[in-house]
Amino acid sequence: MNAKGRVFKYGDNVDTDVIIPARYLNSSDPAELAMHCMEDIDSEFIKKVQKGDIIVADKNFGCGSSREHAPIAIKAAGVSCVIAETFARIFYRNAINIGLPIIECPEAARGIQAGDEVEVDFDSGVITDVTRGISFQGQAFPEFMQRIISSEGLINYINSQS
Amino acid sequence: MDMGMTMTQKILAAAAGLDKVEAGQLIEANLNLVLGNDITSPVAIKEMDKFTAKGVFDKDKIALVPDHFVPNKDIKSAEHCKCVREFARKNDITNYFEVGEMGIEHALLPEKGLTVAGDVIIGADSHTCTYGALGAFSTGVGSTDMAAGMAMGKAWFKVPGAIKFILTGKPAKWVSGKDVILHIIGMIGVDGALYKSMEFVGDGIAHLSMDDRFTIANMAIEAGGKNGIFPVDALAESYIKEHSDRSYTIYQADEDAVYDAEYTIDLSALRPTVAFPHLPENTHTIDEIRQMEPIAIDQVVIGSCTNGRLDDLRTAAEVLKDRHVAKGMRCIVIPATQAIYMQAMEEGLLKTFIQAGAIVSTPTCGPCLGGYMGILAEGERCVSTTNRNFVGRMGHVSSEIYLASPAVAAASAVTGVISEPADLG
Repeated sequence: MNAKGRVFKYGDNVDTDVIIPARYLNSSDPAELAMHCMEDIDSEFIKKVQKGDIIVADKNFGCGSSREHAPIAIKAAGVSCVIAETFARIFYRNAINIGLPIIECPEAARGIQAGDEVEVDFDSGVITDVTRGISFQGQAFPEFMQRIISSEGLINYINSQS
Repeated sequence: MDMGMTMTQKILAAAAGLDKVEAGQLIEANLNLVLGNDITSPVAIKEMDKFTAKGVFDKDKIALVPDHFVPNKDIKSAEHCKCVREFARKNDITNYFEVGEMGIEHALLPEKGLTVAGDVIIGADSHTCTYGALGAFSTGVGSTDMAAGMAMGKAWFKVPGAIKFILTGKPAKWVSGKDVILHIIGMIGVDGALYKSMEFVGDGIAHLSMDDRFTIANMAIEAGGKNGIFPVDALAESYIKEHSDRSYTIYQADEDAVYDAEYTIDLSALRPTVAFPHLPENTHTIDEIRQMEPIAIDQVVIGSCTNGRLDDLRTAAEVLKDRHVAKGMRCIVIPATQAIYMQAMEEGLLKTFIQAGAIVSTPTCGPCLGGYMGILAEGERCVSTTNRNFVGRMGHVSSEIYLASPAVAAASAVTGVISEPADLG
């Protein structure tokens, strides 16, 4: 399983309120949530994002609220992977549970720049910055997590197990 | 070497049917309660429909509390609430709380006796960590985990390591649980307890009311914590017995439990503390603030799952008694539950607020997350007893939130600038 795309780069503590402001939480429709993804931190994001693009951020990405609408909005906006130095724990669970691949890798978070073309191999955890010709070793995804992601989420995965 | 377990690890071991767990271990634990609100439940209910196995694991162990945009703020919110209501009816959920019974979830559930010592609780709301004040393991999750929890009564966890906070001494008159937790978040940062338990111990706890402890446990998530937890003392036991007829289990950390870090905090040395925009870790004491240019504010909010309890309202009323909010100030007071609202009425607190020029609202999370009931315009500033001051949290992206205790919020409402009660003369 792989992801490949252009990078949007953010700093520390990107919180769930800027990923999807609560004023839009009267909807739970992924397409509608995606229209407002990252609106309060980067109003250009939704105009520029293309299918497959990758978000790279520093520490504590996804801190704050437990709203699953945050990874749902990111996934529905077309993002194929989020790479960060660290993730807030509820966001981490939620992203895996809805099938949005995320990888912790401090070196990649520091080394990759906005606009770079990046490729991620989930089997090995290797993150390659194609633009700069450098690679980083992130955590490989355990098999069950890859299955949750390829099943498009935890519930489908549970159903497929029973 | 065989190492001891923290309080959190002991609760998780018991819920997983294991004699022993250690940090990093993946376990599956039985759940005593699964919680959701009007924002997170509709997403979970949609996920539930995907399950091939239908129905809920136990209709008595699910709590559905529409509280965020309730009473319904618009048509879309009304549709979400309808979805939750219909799900509750269809599955005969015992603990569904309609307008008139409902309150802010994390104030309501302990009051209704649904959370007791030794419980393992997940909630699709990040402030679910509040029930650690009663010696329960409780943590926030997303909607998919909530759905799986409602269906199976189980959740998987990575057993957390812990940070120990030794609280000593007695806080001064206007220093509350909010100042304690803001001080801690300022000290360790918004990811200082990432993935970890925050275990509070020490003789200072005897000087903290249950409402103070709920406030402290509530904001463990603001330091990135998985949970915050207090030992179960006589005060906590009497709270549990007063509100619940459920049996409970008291766990204690082992003497040789291992902690990733330890901090000692002298409560008597703490000062009223305020978190500046746009992170809860940007804290300043009131003494530091006094050295700055006065910070003029437009609105004050006293309420939320963090500070909408009776102690909070009593403190705010003590400050506002025979005083009036500053000209042009909007002061919004939101009792967290109907019972708190009623008690505040009987004690005359609501009259004090209204005479002081504040408004009093029915229970709702409303303004805390920028839903309604006090949204900020461009450039406006609010002193709020809520829990987050992120960019755009309460309204316009350029608006600013200063997190503070009810005492500081009420004093600031009177002066129109960030103040403490001592400034009022």
